[in-house]
Amino acid sequence: MALEKDPLNLIITGVGGQGNVLASHIVASAGIREGLYVTVGETYGASQRGGAVMSHVRFSFQAQCSPLIPEGQADIVVGLEPVEALRIITDFGNPKTKVIVSPRPVYPVWVLSGQAKYPPVEEVLGKLGELVDEVQVVETAEEGEVPMAANVLMMGALAGSGLVPIPIGSFEEAMREILSPRDLETNLRAFRKGVEAIRTG
Amino acid sequence: MSILAIDQPGRSVLMMGNEAIARGALEAGVDFSTAYPGTPSSEIIESLARVAEHFGFYAEWSTNEMVALEAAAAASLSGLRAIVAMKQNGVNVCSDFLLTVNLTGTKGGLVFVVGDDPSAISSSNEQDSRNFARFADLPLLEPATFQEAKDMTRWAFELSERVGLPCMIRSVTRLSHSRGNVKLAEIPQRSRSARFEGSYIAGVFVPIKHAELHQKLEQAREEFEGSEFNWYVGREGARFVIVTSGSGWLYSREAVAALGLDGEVGILKIGTTWPLPESFIVDHLRQATELLIVEEVDPFLEQNIKILLAEQAKTLGPIEVYGARSGHLPAFGDINQDKVARALADIRGLEYRARDEQYAQRASELALTLPPRMPTFCPGCPHRASLWAIKAALKLDGRDGFVAGDIGCYSLGVGPAGFWQLKTLHCMGAGIGLANGFGKLGQFAFDQPVVAVCGDSTFFHAAIPGLINARFNNSNVLMVVLDNGGTAMTGFQPHPGSGTDALGRPAPVVEIEEICKAIGVEVRVRDPFEVDRAIEDLYDMLQDGGVKVMVFRRKCFLIESREKAKPKVFVDPEKCIGDECGCARFCSRVFNCPGIIWDQDAEKAKIDEVVCTGCGVCATLCPQGAIVVEEG
Repeated sequence: MALEKDPLNLIITGVGGQGNVLASHIVASAGIREGLYVTVGETYGASQRGGAVMSHVRFSFQAQCSPLIPEGQADIVVGLEPVEALRIITDFGNPKTKVIVSPRPVYPVWVLSGQAKYPPVEEVLGKLGELVDEVQVVETAEEGEVPMAANVLMMGALAGSGLVPIPIGSFEEAMREILSPRDLETNLRAFRKGVEAIRTG
Repeated sequence: MSILAIDQPGRSVLMMGNEAIARGALEAGVDFSTAYPGTPSSEIIESLARVAEHFGFYAEWSTNEMVALEAAAAASLSGLRAIVAMKQNGVNVCSDFLLTVNLTGTKGGLVFVVGDDPSAISSSNEQDSRNFARFADLPLLEPATFQEAKDMTRWAFELSERVGLPCMIRSVTRLSHSRGNVKLAEIPQRSRSARFEGSYIAGVFVPIKHAELHQKLEQAREEFEGSEFNWYVGREGARFVIVTSGSGWLYSREAVAALGLDGEVGILKIGTTWPLPESFIVDHLRQATELLIVEEVDPFLEQNIKILLAEQAKTLGPIEVYGARSGHLPAFGDINQDKVARALADIRGLEYRARDEQYAQRASELALTLPPRMPTFCPGCPHRASLWAIKAALKLDGRDGFVAGDIGCYSLGVGPAGFWQLKTLHCMGAGIGLANGFGKLGQFAFDQPVVAVCGDSTFFHAAIPGLINARFNNSNVLMVVLDNGGTAMTGFQPHPGSGTDALGRPAPVVEIEEICKAIGVEVRVRDPFEVDRAIEDLYDMLQDGGVKVMVFRRKCFLIESREKAKPKVFVDPEKCIGDECGCARFCSRVFNCPGIIWDQDAEKAKIDEVVCTGCGVCATLCPQGAIVVEEG
């Protein structure tokens, strides 16, 4: 088997507490099921809560990759938060990068305390569009609904987008192995909602 | 089921570096495992503890790294296989024992894993612990991949038994906390029983034992010469060779490929970095005229290679060495493919451009316009309230008092999350230790009150001797123990005050306040969410001298929220009068909880339901009483 581009570099980004690690764990485990070498570089520790977090996920049929994607080498970026998606693009984006992003902001402490301003979401999405090949916006909740499991929903969107060479079934099998039976159903629902969301655009 | 216990030899699974190390121990038939949690090492014993009951071996969270190493050594001296894990700072804590157990030697395989944290992503320093291997004359292995993390750990037990020394493994954050493919092997049946025989005494015939230690290390070096963890890739007889270890291997391979230098540049990857496999290295450098050394943090490999080159000058001739000393790679922070590629390009006179210049320019301009996102206390975190109470009490006191910080989640108090309250931050236990000294400066006209903060786990780990010293020498110190019920920063591992052990079984509780009482100091226990009372008590305790302890007790909200339903918190728009209030948007702007946002349209505070954990402390602080808590 071969990838169109090897290694294929994916970055999942968001805010500590949004569940970046579970999201990367799902897509990476699904990749290993497909016989790929997968490397995931994570942000853990003190930067975990409320800080900017990113998971570098690298797929290859040839060799184990290093855990960090080089500057400008992200092929796909999944943003659980719009400003974080743009921040990642400024470091790792290139004109061919494809972005899937949730438009729902999570405000940093410095914004809450008035020391910094959060730019309008439309503007953030506009700048993203200017820097990359394609931006697909995925709503993680209907109007008035509280968003749940946005991390897994966005993995559904990634699976449904066809940007990674991994069948949807492998994602679901990986989830069955990783998640506790108690959490499985809710997460599968969120995942399928994401698949649906990206397909209907 | 834990991924660690999968009994399918030959299957490739996704494992974190730390899980791979744990699996290696399991595949070596480990009997005894200990650690004090510390990023990036915590998941090693955490994952072993999850399967300890199933496989019938022992796992414990120790009170600190010194005890962890000593307990593991006891198992080794009794003929068992033992593993101990810690972060880099932990090596300093246990180094006293380390530098004597090397002299007595060990019996059953003893594997000593250190997770170094280049760039100090979750640490107060980025020391390179490999120096301890050289310092203590111990064999050192550095895994470069997830597979190697497992395989090296398994082999380290055998090596330790053959040379009679603890074997050190140095991992780094980018391996320990990354995930990748690991092919599983069999988990053997354990059959060892423990028995202590003979004697292990460091204090007699020390020079003789020291000489014997050097012989054992030479024996390890001979084993390293043929090790499968050392290899060379690239053209035979290359003039330019990268010598690398650990995380440097993958970055080097990718940098060489990115620059299209596969045909000219060789890579010599060393997994056994102390003592160096000298003949193996010399054999691969016979045609070399230039070397680039790629490693994380100190020029450890670089210095040792340079010594070898000097000794072999007649055989090898002059060789130019690039690396940290030449300024091509940093001797601080972590490294990546870009840094290695830039170094390589610079030396070879090539151009390395990650992105189109104009694009990169536009990207960096945009980056500057984005609001920074600093880590903060979780919504519902008791530390936010505790540090607010400390700030308020010190302000009321008015004598320019300050806080000596310590290591834990509450270290975030150095910044806006904790209202910039922590004015010193060093290592475990340093808060009370420094406060001891500040509190004895009265005869030099020092009149500032000193508050030392420390977490519950830190209290047991390193703060008790400092508190006893304060009592013994009659210092003026107010110690505030931020007791959230576990070792929260590293994933809520239990400690002596938690009431459970590493396997989740009930354990005796060592009460912090009882220890304080036994030391003979005044102690109060309060809930930091009763903010007004907390402030009053702190103020009161600051007024007369001596040693006092305030225990702020409230469970970490991440744990609390798993155990009980979340109350609904909302702002009553009738009561919140926005900027007319004069509170300066206290809840969102000053108290800084990410669960409270400012509704630009309504010009009133608003609760972000997704982020809010329902702790309700904001309701007690709002001057208008506009925040409502409805139990769920």
